[in-house]
Amino acid sequence: MTIRWTRVAIYAVLVIFALLYLMPIYVLVVTGLKNFREVSLDQMWDLPSGLHFSSFREAFKALDHNMWNSFRMVIPATILSCMLGSINGYILTKWRFPGSDIIFFLLLFGMFIPYQSILIPLVKTLQQGHLYGSLWGLIVTHTVYGIPITTLIFRNYYAGVPTEVVEAAKIDGASIFGIYTRIIFPLSIPGFVVVAIWQFTSIWNDFLFAATLTSNPSVQPVTVALNNLAGSFIVEWNVQMAGALIAALPTLLIYIFLGRFFMRGLMAGALSAQ
Amino acid sequence: MIKSEAASPPKEGWLPRFRSSPPIRFLTSERAIALALVSPSIILVAIFVYGFIGWSAVVSVSNWHNINPDYSYVGLDNFKDLFQNFRFQIDIRNTVAFTLMFVLACLVIGFVLASLLDRHIAAEGVFRSIYLFPMAISFIVTGVVWRWLLAPRAGVNLLVSKVGWNPDYSWYTDSKVVYVHQGSALGDALHSIGIGFLTNPNYGLPLAMISVVIAATWQMSGFVMVLYLAGLRAIPDELKEAARVDGASEAQVLRHISFPLLRPVTLSAIIILGHQSLKIFDLVVSMTGTGPGFATDVPALFMFQSTFRANNFARGAAISVVMLATVSVLIIPYLYWSLRKESRL
Repeated sequence: MTIRWTRVAIYAVLVIFALLYLMPIYVLVVTGLKNFREVSLDQMWDLPSGLHFSSFREAFKALDHNMWNSFRMVIPATILSCMLGSINGYILTKWRFPGSDIIFFLLLFGMFIPYQSILIPLVKTLQQGHLYGSLWGLIVTHTVYGIPITTLIFRNYYAGVPTEVVEAAKIDGASIFGIYTRIIFPLSIPGFVVVAIWQFTSIWNDFLFAATLTSNPSVQPVTVALNNLAGSFIVEWNVQMAGALIAALPTLLIYIFLGRFFMRGLMAGALSAQ
Repeated sequence: MIKSEAASPPKEGWLPRFRSSPPIRFLTSERAIALALVSPSIILVAIFVYGFIGWSAVVSVSNWHNINPDYSYVGLDNFKDLFQNFRFQIDIRNTVAFTLMFVLACLVIGFVLASLLDRHIAAEGVFRSIYLFPMAISFIVTGVVWRWLLAPRAGVNLLVSKVGWNPDYSWYTDSKVVYVHQGSALGDALHSIGIGFLTNPNYGLPLAMISVVIAATWQMSGFVMVLYLAGLRAIPDELKEAARVDGASEAQVLRHISFPLLRPVTLSAIIILGHQSLKIFDLVVSMTGTGPGFATDVPALFMFQSTFRANNFARGAAISVVMLATVSVLIIPYLYWSLRKESRL
């Protein structure tokens, strides 16, 4: 009997924690669905009287352009950094050269630096190259600073591909590039999914680069626009909540449908936790 | 011919494990091609990471205090000014307070959730997904939501007042700093053992910071749970079984088997969370800003405002160099340790 009670207690604790974690989402959703007459703070926890989408419409009107900017920034940057990471991972596992371990170490360090320490030169360089304030500036930035993590994940992935396969292909006369396109790349699809999801999520969620490299609201990604929306005193808070949900939706959907791959990216970032 | 079966994709669990395969023998020309293929990335990182860090370091010892670049060398003056700066001293206190509370909260919650989930729980995947989902969203979204949840006249205060409890806690609007006062019994005790300098608000706990810690813990504790869960699953059942057969209690199994074997996981979690909290920016910007009396100000925010609002580039660069140095102290040994462990496998 005692064993059963422990089980009940364990489930109770797990459920309470689950409710705590979901509480912000509850508030986001119910507030977003209220109409403008019911949004007084006293009724924060109450369910809406019906399904009212006016807050979402309002928030979407304020953010749709920035959502679009985010997509136009995230997709090219994700593709580019995936490609670079895949090539690097392939070379650093299958064609190691003297010093490749040191290069890997130096690449990895770039993943952990506080980006403040490169921000001033980055702004000045992008201004010189006429990329400051444009989505292309952000694409270049996210691609470059994505190289460490994408290289790391692909390197770990390719370490699991037996070297004998590459040896055999070499004996058959395949070139470095031929081995990549005919053997490694076709095996890499799960790796690409993990890396792409990871990059999509972190670039979408970035605020520091977005806020410092764009000043014109028409090119700002959605995180910056949401922060401005939330900092404005004339925007009602139900609109702010609806806006927060809209901005979170793309990465949330990815998490819901492809969470398994998201988790793998997460573990890769933890390096030697295993 | 190459048999395609030989190249079956790596199995489940390939990611965290490093395995270095024996090096291939290859020709000099192939080595050149290999180098050429990685060189774009190497060059980009060399410029954008290391070159830019060097450039920032140069700015941090320059006289560039307004919109016009001035690279004349002033030695360590900017750093001296910085450490005497009232706001930066508060920032250091805030970062220490935030880091300690945040890392500890994440470790405790992450471990508790992982050890509960490790007991053959039905719907484990559902629980795991719920605890981890905040990681997928932006700190800006987190900040916006928690700003309303912890608003003194709404959110959590309102919720608990519905069940008749009126804590009247002012959350991030609280400007109070808890510290050991001079002349108090504890303050006298500190003086008597020669560390009386601690009786100063600069060594205190700004109460407003607790709100930021709650939001950050909500977002990051699921990550620690995942790390611990993987760590717990890696402990062989036979080991625990053998201890139980020898008459060890569950608490003893935990203390003498699980805890020691989880030490590398804990270290990784501390370093990853710790280095994140030293850099924290987005969440503070969207949730509280600098806070009352700079109670939630952090170095990253001070750097941003010095540089891009006040055009004090030299001070901004100096703050960023201090941030980089602090993060490096954590990260470089960690990277070294990780890669060495890997090459031993």
